[in-house]
Amino acid sequence: MDLKEKLVSSFLAFENTVDVDSPIHDIRIEAMKAFETEGFPNKKQEAWKYTSLNSILKNDYSVFPKHEEALDYKDVKKYFIHDIDSYKIIFIDGKYSSHLSETTHDDIDVCLMSAALTKPKYRLIIENYFNKVASKDSLAYLNTAFSNEGAYIHIPKNKLVDKPIQIIHFSTGNEAALMLQPRNLVVVDENSHVQIIERHQSLTDNPVLTNSVTEIFANKRAIVDYYKIQNDRQTASLIDNTYINQRAESLAKVHTFSFGGKLTRNNLNFYQNGERIDSTMKGITIIGDKQHVDHNTLVHHIEPNCESHQDYKGIFDANSTGVFNGKVVVEKEAQKTNAFQANNNILVSDKATINTKPQLEIFADDVKCSHGCTIGQLDDSALFYLRSRGIPENEAKGLLMYAFSNNVLDSVKIPQIKQRITKLIANKLGVNIGFDL
Amino acid sequence: MLKIKDLHASVEDKNILRGINLEVNPGEVHAIMGPNGSGKSTLASVIAGKEDYEVEGGKILLDGEDIEELGAEERAHKGVFLSFQYPVEIPGVSVTNFMKTAINETRKAKGLEDMPAKEMLKLIREKSELLEIDRKFLSRSLNEGFSGGEKKRNEIFQMAMLEPKLAILDETDSGLDIDALRIVANGVNKLKTKDNAVIVITHYQRLLDYIVPDFVHVLHNGRIVKSGGKELAHELEAKGYDWIKEEVDA
Repeated sequence: MDLKEKLVSSFLAFENTVDVDSPIHDIRIEAMKAFETEGFPNKKQEAWKYTSLNSILKNDYSVFPKHEEALDYKDVKKYFIHDIDSYKIIFIDGKYSSHLSETTHDDIDVCLMSAALTKPKYRLIIENYFNKVASKDSLAYLNTAFSNEGAYIHIPKNKLVDKPIQIIHFSTGNEAALMLQPRNLVVVDENSHVQIIERHQSLTDNPVLTNSVTEIFANKRAIVDYYKIQNDRQTASLIDNTYINQRAESLAKVHTFSFGGKLTRNNLNFYQNGERIDSTMKGITIIGDKQHVDHNTLVHHIEPNCESHQDYKGIFDANSTGVFNGKVVVEKEAQKTNAFQANNNILVSDKATINTKPQLEIFADDVKCSHGCTIGQLDDSALFYLRSRGIPENEAKGLLMYAFSNNVLDSVKIPQIKQRITKLIANKLGVNIGFDL
Repeated sequence: MLKIKDLHASVEDKNILRGINLEVNPGEVHAIMGPNGSGKSTLASVIAGKEDYEVEGGKILLDGEDIEELGAEERAHKGVFLSFQYPVEIPGVSVTNFMKTAINETRKAKGLEDMPAKEMLKLIREKSELLEIDRKFLSRSLNEGFSGGEKKRNEIFQMAMLEPKLAILDETDSGLDIDALRIVANGVNKLKTKDNAVIVITHYQRLLDYIVPDFVHVLHNGRIVKSGGKELAHELEAKGYDWIKEEVDA
């Protein structure tokens, strides 16, 4: 049985575990039908030209883990940003871990999607926001069909959330192969500000496939600062579908740090519904071996006087492959748009590949749009300069690559994250950079 | 200290150095002068270990050791320093962090522990004062957006920090106004001891008014065609290079 068939037949079993009378379930049924029709994307589709899911779809994934597993905090502490106080929504093999989590209902709701989907007090928010921005594509449909668990975050207006929220999905390897479909909803009302850190971490080498959907609503003048740390084992794959709907004067920033995993696909979509919106997406990708990271971004400029900033840096070693596909749409009404996009890459090995494709569709005439992509090697003269000062070749290369990716970190607002990422970069580049980062 | 014997070097099949002989002893200052394209910068790069150049014959001995097989960093660890004609911009790495890395890597190569932070700060303060470098300058990205003069001053600051045995200053005077030239030359002179040596590569005599050489060599077509004392530099300044070319060609 292939994975699609397995998922379709598992849906019946899934229905035994959820409230089939809720309006949510109608959405799930529709989504299941759509997925059944469309199936998994393949390389014939333009958006999937350079990323093949074949190698990861052939595993026999468990869709429902059989038993629940507990983890000791001390064993997984290193996957947390543990040196800051934070709210935590933690899942183990797709199941909520109350032991590792720290949720709240104090002024703000930082809790579980399963609760939000069933309890009356969340009904209005769910009705207004759930599945309202997730796009109509087969992987989002698939996630919607099985949507039940994930993080639910609602920040009412005028709240500056006192500490960041960490969402971490662990997989324990209890199943020979596991598929996870977390569903997150983040609603940030007027003038509120939230910082979120998301991570997926497999604890063994048993294959894991995560198809996650996160819907984020940044309402008027809201500020959303989102960090995705992707440093999973090379047996874990992630398809991250994130949709951000922004209202007037809101500011949304997503940083994606991709250092691990077998195959990572980031579908990151911003929709600007209002004026004077700022959307920022930044990424650092450093991979090697046969790893594959694909950034597929969209900014939809719908109204005037908005900005978007994209800055992605990639360093590819060994047989790794990277894809950057950045689409910017500027509607006719979206005059005075400022849209900037940059994608710079270094190929460290002769066998590494990057496919980079800016895609600009501009229908307004009074706009400033720029894009630039570069693919290069390390600058030999810079390398000689560093070596002539006594810095050995490997360290010099590391330092240059560090310098190359470094400016992406300027906009990271949480120092502990900046520190952690810098350390991950140094580790990943295999160098002791020799000074305090 | 440095002994160069019949050195031949080429880049992309083009012979640039065609039999250089040079001996530099501790405590000496040598100036290498010559018209554009004579091979001055190539000589500097070959001594420092730039891999773009193919050494096709001859030897470079540093304290009696053949250094041809050594990488640039290993030569640096043995005390060779090149002040670049065109220092490379490295955005994202501050001058301070760069120097810390360079010093600690050099110490590591010698089997020493990292320099304690306090000592490092003291050294940085001392040497930046010597070069009249503003503290704010040290936290800027290496050479990024530096003026020509700032770059050269920064090169000599690095030299001061690393205290090399053999410093090669490649066209350090180019792009410097008279004040910057004075500061740079003053720095070099203060770093001079009886145990180290300096090779000043320059097109003009101007810098040699400040850093006074013990020997002046004229490079032409990849060979040292004339050597003399500091008065040779004055002669070149007054008469240009043509008479040398004529003398050689004759």
